[in-house]
Amino acid sequence: MPVLRALLASLALLLAGAAAFSAATDGFRAFTTESARRIAAREHPADIPDITLQTQSGERIHLADFRGKWLLVDFIYTRCLTYCSALGGEFAQLQERLAAPLAQGRAQLLSISFDPAHDTPAELAAYRQRFRDPGSGWLAARPVTTGGLGRLERAFGITVIPDGLGGYTHNAAVHVVDPRGRLVAIVGMNDPEAAVRALPRSLER
Amino acid sequence: MTVESMIGQWRSHRAAAAALLFCALLTPPVKHVLEASMTAQMLLQMPLLVCVGWLLRRAPPERFLSITAAWNHGGIAGLVLASVAAAVWMLPRSLDAAVALPWAAVAKYLSVPLLIGVPLAVSWPRAGFIVRGVFLVEFVATSYRVGWLYLSWPERLCSNYLLGDQQRLGEYLVLIGAALCAAIGCKLLWGRFDSGRV
Repeated sequence: MPVLRALLASLALLLAGAAAFSAATDGFRAFTTESARRIAAREHPADIPDITLQTQSGERIHLADFRGKWLLVDFIYTRCLTYCSALGGEFAQLQERLAAPLAQGRAQLLSISFDPAHDTPAELAAYRQRFRDPGSGWLAARPVTTGGLGRLERAFGITVIPDGLGGYTHNAAVHVVDPRGRLVAIVGMNDPEAAVRALPRSLER
Repeated sequence: MTVESMIGQWRSHRAAAAALLFCALLTPPVKHVLEASMTAQMLLQMPLLVCVGWLLRRAPPERFLSITAAWNHGGIAGLVLASVAAAVWMLPRSLDAAVALPWAAVAKYLSVPLLIGVPLAVSWPRAGFIVRGVFLVEFVATSYRVGWLYLSWPERLCSNYLLGDQQRLGEYLVLIGAALCAAIGCKLLWGRFDSGRV
């Protein structure tokens, strides 16, 4: 029965195709790279590398210095007028929302520039001044080496591409790193409450 | 030189043409240009990789072709294989991965010719009127579905490509769907059908 054989073969191929499709989409959940990296962070938290950064005041810090705190990270470049302004606005809101844990040193906001050649400490300080700056708890910093930047981008799943207008287009999100230094959640832009929900309740008390 | 001998010579050179095209697609400058935009990757690079497979349709051993032919009545199984493989490579995530991850690039360069191109070329001549009709209508519908999605989605679906690129690809896909639809209409109205096996 050639027809029956063809139908059997087609059925087997359809099942194999469904399995491949499922594997390629994390079980029909992630159709884009962005949703895939969010699911990966939630389900398989990975250690972030210990990169050396230079802050807006010129001071050198290491990512490992933040162990023991909840760290909220976004990736920016200071010339950016779209996503980064929105992210900056969101961080400013989070600064008010999380005032207590930030003041107690139990949480930290960190904006990392992926354009270190342009974003000198002076530029980073100017970026911070663009948003009301009520004080501590929010650092803007740039990686000291390009190798460090590459490792950071790979660990966080950041893709930066030229936008054709002299700037960049990049994933805009808030990355939550737990006190053990693992990337445990990635939440969307324009929703500070989502970032707060990703933190343990005990932090707000 | 007669037309027949030219065709015969072309056939014997088909594998060489496939190898040449494949190597050309592998060279870094060509790869870079064809992957620089989402539109070029989906509408030029992938179809050219399908062409590599199409040119290789006589390359598998005779024994393999006769065994698969026994399971490929009316070309149905082969067209199903080509369709599911194409569905995986239509995902925004796959387009992204093929550019960013070396293993995904290898998977694309191998699977698009072998799992889409070859089965399509082997199965299409076996397919009768109805099977071809179903496949073509599904192709048109998929062009519209994916095209409309890319055109109307407000955010970027690929981390490696810009929103304008995604929307342009969407426009082209809708246009391809429309052109194919018109071509099918013309064929139905004025065409000649020599294949009536299924």
